[in-house]
Parts: sequence; C-alpha cells; structure tokens
Amino acid sequence: MPKISSLADLRQLRDQAQRDIKTRLDTGTTITVGMGTCGIAAGARETMRAILDELTKREIDAHVTTVGCIGMCVKEPLVDIEQAGQARVTYGNITADKVPELIEQHLVQGKIVNQWVVGRLDK
Amino acid sequence: MRELSLHILDILQNSLEAGAQHLVLEINESSGANRLIIRVQDDGRGMDRQTLERVTDPFFTTRKTRQVGLGITLLKAAAERCNGALEIASKPGSGTTVTAAFQLDHIDRAPLGDIKSTILSVILANQQADLHYVHQVNGRRFEMDTAEIRSELGGVPLTEPRVRRWLEDYLQQGYNALYAVEDDKEPLTGD
Ligand SMILES: Nc1ncnc2c1ncn2[C@@H]1O[C@H](COP(=O)(O)OP(=O)(O)O)[C@@H](O)[C@H]1O
Ligand SMILES: [Mg+2]
Repeated sequence: MPKISSLADLRQLRDQAQRDIKTRLDTGTTITVGMGTCGIAAGARETMRAILDELTKREIDAHVTTVGCIGMCVKEPLVDIEQAGQARVTYGNITADKVPELIEQHLVQGKIVNQWVVGRLDK
Repeated sequence: MRELSLHILDILQNSLEAGAQHLVLEINESSGANRLIIRVQDDGRGMDRQTLERVTDPFFTTRKTRQVGLGITLLKAAAERCNGALEIASKPGSGTTVTAAFQLDHIDRAPLGDIKSTILSVILANQQADLHYVHQVNGRRFEMDTAEIRSELGGVPLTEPRVRRWLEDYLQQGYNALYAVEDDKEPLTGD
C-alpha cells in the first residue's frame, strides 16, 4: 500500500540522488522514446516498458523520457540514446522485442547497432 | 485499439501537445452503475468552435499518415460501440475536458490494459506537466499527484532512475490495492 512509509522512502532517495546528481550529469545516459500517436500505435509504450524492465534487470542507471510526435511516423517506435561525451544516436522501428539487444549492444558493449540507426548526431 | 489505456495515453498526449501544465486523469469503474468513465482535463490552449466540430467528425481522421487506431475520433467510436458516449468541452485559453463513458460489461469494451505504463509515459514526458491521477474501482480509490511528488523531490527530476523506480512501485501498489490483487482489503487513501 502506498503510505507514509513510501513517502519516507522517496525523501530518503531524494537525499541520495541530490548528493550524486553532479557525477550523474557527467556520466549520465538519457533514453528518449517517441510517444506521439504513430508511436503509440506502433507499440512505443511497450517499447518504453521493455526499456524500463531491461534497465532494472541489468541495474543500469539511465534517465528515460518520452516526447510527442517528431515527424518520422514510419520509423516508429523511435528510441534515442544520448550518453555524456558520445554521439547521440536515434534508432527506428524499435519494438519491444528488440530492446534487450539494443541495451546489450549500445549500453553494455558500447557498440552502435548500425542496422537500426535512423539518425546520428556526433559530438 | 486493444487497450483503453492506449487511447488514454493518446488523449493525454494531446493535452501535452496543447501546452498543458496541469493534467487531470480520472477513471471511474462502477459495477453498480455498470459504467466506466474516463475523463482527461487539461489547462492547455483549448479549441475554437471550428476545431471542436472537426475533431468529433468521424470523417475527419484521414489526415493520419498511417493506419492509426487512436485519436479522439477513435475513442469516440469505441465509447459509442459500448453504449456510451464521448463529450468534449473546450474553449480557447481555458483548456479542454474530454469525457468518455462506456457500459462497463459491454462485450465490445476493450480492457483498460496497462494503465501503469500509460501513467509513467506521461510522468516521464520531457515536456513537463503535472499529472493528477485519480482512479476509482467500486469505491476503492487510488490517487497520485506529481505536483506533490515533485515538491518532495526538491529539484531531483522524476526521470532519475531511483525516483522512477519508486514511481513504478507506487503505481504497482496502488494498482494491486485497486484490483485487490493481494488480499489487502484496506481502501486506499492516496497518501
Ligand atoms: N487537449 C487538447 N487541447 C487542444 N487541442 C486539442 C486537444 N486534443 C485535441 N486537440 C485538437 O484536435 C486535433 C485532433 O486530435 P486527435 O484526434 O488526437 O488527432 P491528432 O492529435 O493526430 O491531430 C488536434 O490536432 C488538436 O488540434
Ligand atoms: Mg492526438
């Protein structure tokens, strides 16, 4: 049951998070999932769900965020990965089933999965 | 659309796209009344009369570039198929309220589905807005207001991994209590 105890948990983790927010900004990873109508229809919510589950399973710290339509409807679901100091890579047609491999390759092995890339912004 | 929670996500996304800062999502499931009511209220830019007429016109979905199965028109069709209705109240500058009603036990009614992931998608939106989510199932009540959570967080973003996991747990616990997945029969108070 969500009760006062879990609010206490929230305060406690806030204090921890505030302490290491600076290191996080230097080393952080942000994963963005397109959540416009076309994205939703193509399974973007399930893609986000798979990303959250995979990150938790592998104990990877990354921010996950969603955006509205960015006008690449046929490539939905779109997933964008940005890591401090590295190229920002946008992947297309990332259905939930592709998520474990994407996380494994890009975040764990540090390799870009070229066949799924639809855009790239070099640093 | 296979889940009503996907329609809800799309409607909430409309509110975000309309620049809303504050969204309210109410879901009310009542076996007694045999009704399921979904209401999304926002303080976004609102719609003028012309747009309002256009969005509820079932023949005005063609601008979609692909087979979509979402949008206001489709939620309306889903509600009407289930002995229900869709209503939109909107005015430029004063926000929009979309209300969809369904016969709860109608054979064509899609399940609500993964409402937790819908809520998370909106909470994690980079276009920050607060979401007040109130869900009632036969008198049980679960409530979550990101404005309150944000004020507890003192600047730590909702997307921070540990915060996000806390949000997921919180939603899961609320969901369990709403649907009595565990034999915890205590009604939810929301705090
Ligand atoms: N909450 C809202 N606030 C303001 N305008 C809205 C809102 N919801 C929908 N609209 C208007 O109605 C239009 C149609 O919405 P919708 O059926 O979801 O299709 P789409 O979002 O793909 O255009 C939107 O483009 C927008 O102009
Ligand atoms: Mg829309």
